[in-house]
Amino acid sequence: MNSKKIEILVGFFVSLGIAAIVMLALKVANAGMSGNGDTYSLYAKFDNIGSLKVRSPIKVGGVVVGRVEAINLDPTDYVPVVHMKIATEYSNFTETTSVNILTSGILGEQYLGINPGVLAHKDMNGEDELSEMFGLEEVKVLKDGDFITDTKSALVLEELIGQFLFNQSND
Amino acid sequence: MVNTIQTIGRNTLDTLAGIGRALLMLLGAIFSVPNVRKGTPLLIKQLYMVGFLSLIIILVSGLFIGMVLALQGYTVLVDYGAEDSLGPLVALSLLRELGPVVTALLFAGRAGSALTAEIGLMKATEQLTSLEMMAVDPLKRVIAPRFWAGMISMPLLAMIFSAIAILGAHIVGVDWLGVDSGSFWSIMQAQVSFEKDILNGAIKAVVFAFVVTWIALYKGYDCVPTSEGISKATTETVVQSSLAVLGLDFVLTAIMFGA
Repeated sequence: MNSKKIEILVGFFVSLGIAAIVMLALKVANAGMSGNGDTYSLYAKFDNIGSLKVRSPIKVGGVVVGRVEAINLDPTDYVPVVHMKIATEYSNFTETTSVNILTSGILGEQYLGINPGVLAHKDMNGEDELSEMFGLEEVKVLKDGDFITDTKSALVLEELIGQFLFNQSND
Repeated sequence: MVNTIQTIGRNTLDTLAGIGRALLMLLGAIFSVPNVRKGTPLLIKQLYMVGFLSLIIILVSGLFIGMVLALQGYTVLVDYGAEDSLGPLVALSLLRELGPVVTALLFAGRAGSALTAEIGLMKATEQLTSLEMMAVDPLKRVIAPRFWAGMISMPLLAMIFSAIAILGAHIVGVDWLGVDSGSFWSIMQAQVSFEKDILNGAIKAVVFAFVVTWIALYKGYDCVPTSEGISKATTETVVQSSLAVLGLDFVLTAIMFGA
């Protein structure tokens, strides 16, 4: 077999291998979406994070807007702090935003659900429409590194059952 | 009594000497100054022999292993209404374990045995000695291109194996058994991480490639230059590299995915 044919076949083999790597990276692991794109960080403290994990999705109304970057214990008050990375295109969250730990399905994975509350919309003059409409104080927009204070913890089955039994015994 | 001790001692010394010869052969092959102009055609020839010719067995077995995984996984998962998790089940087991391991086993049988037999026959027919007579280093001319061809092709083959097996699982799971195509891919994407799963699988494949190619080359280079010796060396290549791959797989899994 002449060397040109061999070179063509080897080239075919190597490009097939590279195509397999690209297919695994993009189609199977979706590395393109989670790694790229500008993000900003928000933090939230919870009493109990349940089984929330690093890389769990953050959703607004079911749409993924970011992922959990890290979960640590606050060294001063021993409360779990969740570090969230959110895409910069969704940067209008205000301090009225609340965040809950929710579960997809009965046995599914836990994820963070953000309830946006009042959003910051600038009108043409650059003034806050809402504060004009309702005469509210200026609603502060959450910036990179801010804490979301309004949080609701994960439901823990044992605590629920415990509460239920406690209420039963009171009746 | 003394004879027993002597046997133990002789076996130990033989093993140590063998490891030493294997290391020397590897060092001579890897750390020789490469000659790009002369080396590239040799490497491409070996990539063809070792990589391209293994392609068909990898494609066929990958397709069928993916299809069987999907079929078996589905029958268990459907009892719990969790058949949507078929995607991550198949993808994770392939990328982490089956892809690198099965590819390495097939590679040892398909390419490793051929390498051993080829080099063994070269030794038996005194071709290696003739090369030395002509002042050509057989480590550079014969061993090095085969070694690098194995190191390059096996990880590529493992990736091709995983990719084609996931496609096979898609054929069975989605087109035949009726799992939803959207959730098959999206739950897989949510569960599979590039760094943790694909990269670790690729590292495994590189380690296995190193072990299988090294054992195959050494067994051929060090065989007894008779027809019986070559046959014994070829068998040893397949057996020892398969065992080494399976043992190393446990160690690597414990390091990568263990507690």
